[in-house]
Amino acid sequence: MLLALGLNVIVGFAGILNLGYAALFAIGAYTYALVNIHLHIPFWIGLCVSASSAALFGMLLACPALRLSGDYLAIVTLGAGEIVRIVLNNTDRISGGPNGLLGIEHPGLWFFHYDFGVQSEPYYFLIACLVIVTAFLLRRLESSRLGRAWIALREDELAASCMGVNLPWAKLSAFGIGGFIAGIAGCVFAAKQGTVSPDSFDFVVSVMVLAMVVLGGLGNILGAILGAFLLSLLPEILRGFDIYRMLLFGIAMIAMMLFRPQGILGEFHHREEFKGRRKKLAGPNAK
Amino acid sequence: MQSKKQLSDFTILKVENITQHFGGVTALDGVTFSVGHGEIVSLIGPNGAGKTTLFNCITGLYVPRAGSIYFGDSETNLNRLYPYQITAKGIARTFQTIRLFKHMTALENIMVGAHTKTRGGILAGLFRPRWVMLEEKKLRLQANRLLTFFGISSKAHELAKNLSYGYQRKLEIARALASDPKLLLLDEPAAGMNPKEKDELLELIRAIRNRGVTVLLIEHDMKVVMPISDKIIVLDYGKKIAEGSAREIQDNPRVIEAYLGKAVHRP
Repeated sequence: MLLALGLNVIVGFAGILNLGYAALFAIGAYTYALVNIHLHIPFWIGLCVSASSAALFGMLLACPALRLSGDYLAIVTLGAGEIVRIVLNNTDRISGGPNGLLGIEHPGLWFFHYDFGVQSEPYYFLIACLVIVTAFLLRRLESSRLGRAWIALREDELAASCMGVNLPWAKLSAFGIGGFIAGIAGCVFAAKQGTVSPDSFDFVVSVMVLAMVVLGGLGNILGAILGAFLLSLLPEILRGFDIYRMLLFGIAMIAMMLFRPQGILGEFHHREEFKGRRKKLAGPNAK
Repeated sequence: MQSKKQLSDFTILKVENITQHFGGVTALDGVTFSVGHGEIVSLIGPNGAGKTTLFNCITGLYVPRAGSIYFGDSETNLNRLYPYQITAKGIARTFQTIRLFKHMTALENIMVGAHTKTRGGILAGLFRPRWVMLEEKKLRLQANRLLTFFGISSKAHELAKNLSYGYQRKLEIARALASDPKLLLLDEPAAGMNPKEKDELLELIRAIRNRGVTVLLIEHDMKVVMPISDKIIVLDYGKKIAEGSAREIQDNPRVIEAYLGKAVHRP
C-alpha cells in the first residue's frame, strides 16, 4: 500500500511510467538489512537511512530518464529494475546472492521494552500509521507549488516547460519522493520478514503495484490506497474458487479496465472543482 | 510624442542571423530583426515559412544552428538557456494548438503560469510555513484578478478541458501573462475564432500592450494583423523578405509575390 502511494507520485502525478519500482523497494530493504546486520543500527534510524538511500537511487534512476519519454522511458525503468535484482542476485559477498540476507532484527519500541516480533498485528498498525502519515503529507505536496508542477508536467510537458517549470528538477523530485516512500516500505518489509532475498523484488512486484495505482485511479491518493486494498484482498476473497482463483482475478481486472478505465475513484479527483461547485450552489441561497 | 518615441527606441528583443535546419530543410535562414519596447509586432508569412520555428527558438524549445537572440538589456544569448530560464527572464508564449493543462482548473492553470514568480519547494509544500501560505494566498488573488481581466472569472473552478474554445484561447493568454512577462509571444491567437471574438481579441491585445507588455504575434488573419501592428515582419521559406508598417507591407511587391505568386511578364 505504501508502495502504491509512492508510485502514485511518479506515475499518477508526474505522469512518468515507471516499470522498475520494485528496484527502489529492494534498495530500501537491502539498505536496512545491511546497516542492521553489519552496523547494528536500530529499526527507526534504519528507516531514515533506507528511505534516503532509495530516494537517492530513485534520483539516479531519473537521470537517464530525463531525456526520454513514453515507451522508451518505460523500457529504461524496466531495465534498471532488472539490473538491480540481478546485481543483488550475483554479488554474493555483499548481498548474500540468491540466498539473501538473514538475521535482520525486528523493530521494537525501546521505551516500552516492546519487541514487534514475528506476528503480523504490530506491523499492521505500524503500516497503517505510515500510510496515514504519508497520505497526509502527499496531500499537502499535491496541492503545493511542486504538486502543481508535477501535474502540469503530466498534462503537457512542453507547455509546462514554457510556463517556467524546471523539468529536470520536477522529474528528479518525483522520483526522489517516490523512492523515499519505496525505501520506507522496503525497510518495514525487511524488518518484518527478518530476511531479504532477490526474488521478493522481481518484475511482478512492479507490475502489481502499478496495477494498484491504475485500479484505484491515477493521481489519486485515496485511489492508490483503495487499489492496494483490493488487489491484496481480492485473491484472498476468491480463494474459495480454488483453482479458478487467478482466472477470476484476471477477469475482474479486465472488466474493471473496460467499464471504468479511469480507475475506481476516477482520474484526479478535484478538490478545487468541488470547492467551486459548492460555492456556486451556496451562492444564490445565501443571497 | 517625444516620450513615445523614446519608449520604442529601447530594444527589448534582438534576433540576429538565426538559422535552423531540420534534416535537409532550412526552416530559418539568417533571420534578423528587433522588437522595440511596448510595440506590437506581427510575424506573417505563408504556411511553412518558419514563423513557429522562430518562436520555438526564442523560447528555447529549439537551439538554433547559428545566430543569437538577446533579450532586454542583458548580454546573455538566450540560445544557451533552458525554456524555464527564459520564462523566468520575462518571455511568455501561447501555442498554435491549445496546450492547456486539461485536467486542471482554469485557476490552477494560471497558478502554474506564475511558477517562476513563486519559490516553494518540497519542504515548503510539506511543512507549509507562514510565508508559503501567504505566497499561495497572494497567488490566488492575482490569478483571480487575471481571470477577471479576461472575463472568465465565472469559470475559475471549471476544468480547462470543459471550457469552450474561445475561453480556452483566452485562458492560454491569461496563463502566459501570469508569469508577468515583459514580452508576450502569441502564436495564431485568432485561429478558429468568429469575427466577434476576433474583435474582442484585438481589444485584449491592445489592453495587454497598455499594461506595458510588448507583444510579438504570429497571425494569418490580416483583419487582425493590419489594425494593431506597429511593425510587420514577413517571412517566406525561412528568410525575412520584408519589414515595415502595415501600409508598407501591403504595397511591397515581394510580399504580394510570396502570397499570390509572381506576375507573368509576356515578351
